[in-house]
Amino acid sequence: MSKRKSKDKSLPIGECIFQVQAHLRLRLLQLAHPGKRCGVESQHKHLVELLKRTVIHGESNSVLIIGPRGSGKSMLLQDALREIQAVKELKENALAVHLNGLLQTSDKIALKEITRQLHLENVVGDRVFGSFAENLSFLLDALKTGDRTSSCPVLFILDEFDLFAHHKNQTLLYNLFDIAQSAQTPITVIGLTCRLDVMELLEKRVKSRFSHRQIHLLNSFSFSEYQAMFKELLSLSSGFPDVSFAEQWNASIQSLCENKTVEDILQKQFNASKDLRSLHMLLLLALCRVCVSHPNLNAADFVEAYRLRCVDSKANILHGLSVLEMCLIIAMKHLQDTYQGEPFNFQMVHNEFQKFVQRKAHSVYNFEKPVVLKAFEHLHQLELIKPMEGLSVRTQKEYRLMKLLLDNSQILEALQKYPNCPTDVRQWAMSSLS
Amino acid sequence: MTTLEQFPYLEEKLQDLEKRILCRDPQLSTLLAVFGEPSHLSFPSIFIYGHTGTGKTYILKTVLSTLELPYAIVNCVECFTSRLIFEQILNQLYDHCPSPDNEYSSYERCDTFNEFIRLYKKAISSEGFENQTVYIVLDKAELLREMEANLLPAFLRLQELTQSNVTVIFLSEIVWESFRPNTGCLEPITIYFTDYSKVELQKILSSDYPEEYSPEFYASYINILLGVFYTVCRDIKELRHLAALNFPKFCEPVIKGEAKEVDSHKLWRNIEPHLKRAMQTIYLREISSSQWERIQQEDREAFQLKGLSAHAHVELPYYSKFLLIAGYLASYNPARTDKRFFLKHHGKIKKTDFLKKHEKTSNHLLGPKPFPLDRLLAILYSIVDSRVAPTANIFSQISSLVTLQLLTLVGHDDQLDSPKYKCTVSLDFIRAVARTVNFDIVRYLYDFL
Repeated sequence: MSKRKSKDKSLPIGECIFQVQAHLRLRLLQLAHPGKRCGVESQHKHLVELLKRTVIHGESNSVLIIGPRGSGKSMLLQDALREIQAVKELKENALAVHLNGLLQTSDKIALKEITRQLHLENVVGDRVFGSFAENLSFLLDALKTGDRTSSCPVLFILDEFDLFAHHKNQTLLYNLFDIAQSAQTPITVIGLTCRLDVMELLEKRVKSRFSHRQIHLLNSFSFSEYQAMFKELLSLSSGFPDVSFAEQWNASIQSLCENKTVEDILQKQFNASKDLRSLHMLLLLALCRVCVSHPNLNAADFVEAYRLRCVDSKANILHGLSVLEMCLIIAMKHLQDTYQGEPFNFQMVHNEFQKFVQRKAHSVYNFEKPVVLKAFEHLHQLELIKPMEGLSVRTQKEYRLMKLLLDNSQILEALQKYPNCPTDVRQWAMSSLS
Repeated sequence: MTTLEQFPYLEEKLQDLEKRILCRDPQLSTLLAVFGEPSHLSFPSIFIYGHTGTGKTYILKTVLSTLELPYAIVNCVECFTSRLIFEQILNQLYDHCPSPDNEYSSYERCDTFNEFIRLYKKAISSEGFENQTVYIVLDKAELLREMEANLLPAFLRLQELTQSNVTVIFLSEIVWESFRPNTGCLEPITIYFTDYSKVELQKILSSDYPEEYSPEFYASYINILLGVFYTVCRDIKELRHLAALNFPKFCEPVIKGEAKEVDSHKLWRNIEPHLKRAMQTIYLREISSSQWERIQQEDREAFQLKGLSAHAHVELPYYSKFLLIAGYLASYNPARTDKRFFLKHHGKIKKTDFLKKHEKTSNHLLGPKPFPLDRLLAILYSIVDSRVAPTANIFSQISSLVTLQLLTLVGHDDQLDSPKYKCTVSLDFIRAVARTVNFDIVRYLYDFL
């Protein structure tokens, strides 16, 4: 009987894979952490405390959350907001305005967006305001309840805070901080930024109104914690529809954690970058390879995903060049070697190429100069070479000074992998090394 | 991982894809794996790079339309401002096409990214795309770097900004490293579309054989073509163009009955000179295809290919020619050497005597140097046999040479007393000019002593 019951619950394998993909993709992409906060408990507590004081006691505050990209700033904030909203009476009481420096590129747009998010378009109507401050305070006044004693607390969340500092006169920041400081309406301004020097961007009058509260997120976890996170991120929770599949999946994740290859990859990734988002991307790429015929993650998936993440893209581009373009690159390399990194122009490269064609080459055809120039321009277009000065009409394109953006080792490595490379070209490339 | 059957789409659609996309199986399966199922949350951004003609745009278009996924594809060359990009995306999502009926207006006006986010969300809910991934493809994405600074980072995190299931795909020839903004951004995953190998090129090019001929015959033609052009050109578009252009010539002996389709050696001997000639103008497109065909029809033996460079020869007034020659000499000879070239009794000065260490590299490698007007005139007086008076006539000819871009003015235009010039013509050009006035310019050039 019990056997039949468990059989009923198990889903076909295709369905299981579908669910796994759906669950894990959501987890890895939606900033939803898998339950445990890793090393940010104190920051979390601090932030929640601050938010509560605004929402419950009507205190105004301002705070900056600073940390490198992918360190979990938004995750921390969302987590805190969720916790605040879990308390029922607060949910109806507070309003949140989300602004992003990438979207609200000027204060005018920002103000419009604030109006929209506070649902005050009707209230504002066609009213004309004298100044920005007047407009903003009108908006906040509109939120006051009938007796004008208590006001609705508003949370202003400014993502990419540093970009707001580039707005003209920093009007928005000035006004927000001014309101926060002068206890008109209870508001909390939360800025998120990845710039540690963000304070230097603020004008003096803005800076003096800011509370100088900063929360730093610095990815201060160790490798063993990193590994634990890896396991946590991939394991299926108990809520998964098919229990037996989940058990099997979790067992395979467990064995992956003990796998030496996977550990090596994680170590390499950890050494290269500690940010969690790059870990998420790595896991997602591995996860993409899971399908019906391949229902479990294995070490090979991670090897492949890691390879995909860290290929040398310039070497890839070099691989696809024609022999003529490759010859030009080699000529540039020789020029750089002889003149110690001095810039070069097309004439010099062409001269060097001509020397090669006349003396050593058997397989390379002597191309017309316009054809070679076209190949040179193609390299410029691919940004493998870069002009030294800006685009000026006055110099002819043959004489424009250029710089090679490739390393010697990169060129030689690319030549090794280059398909159907003529031997004389390869020898020419090696020749200057001696 | 090589079969496509594992992907959760209808089988006939996958087979259709396999039929339409040649030689790109690894890329196709990576792409489909990354896409996942339509209802799954997908990557916020994918960056696809590879050389031109490796099938980036084609595959994306084919995959998205065959699998009937909601998508918008925007070419950043065509839509060169942010507003055009936004409106184009919205138009495609609404399936709206600017036409005479709606006075070529787009579905909605959208100026800023802020507006776009709002309108995009509206479009998604009104078109019922909430439960599937929407793909936005930005072709030639390198141009985004030259638009507003917020555009690229905002597109990279469009998924977060719109809180919806959207994947932005960037297509470019340039590597991701040169896109990254100063303060960083959300990193996309990168997929490389490798170039076609020779075998794959052969396969693809052979697949479009004309109906009158057998596939084997066309394949042998492509084989010859690739043998000649593969070293200089791996761009499939250019190769296709060349293949189409030279094929009538290749078949000529067969049509005339001089050779059979299997006489490969004979056919090779017939086509080889033509291909060699085409090699000299590869990529240049100096003449149109119809002109090229006409030239081939006439088939003159002693035909010299006339490209733009051969036509680059202007008829100038007598003094202008000398002015240009004087300008060329002044640009490429060091001023110290003028005495040696233009003074009658300069004594014997060898080249090595005034060869300084830093001047070992020739001026023809470094390019023209600027020179003052006085020097130009002084050289002019000494190279013209008859006496020239410094009249307004001469000066106006200088300014017309500047207008013709044969000389350029260095520095500001407002410098009236001693303007400086530079000569911008090539050696071949100036030799042609000098020949018309019987002046042996090479004898006067320091580099060729």
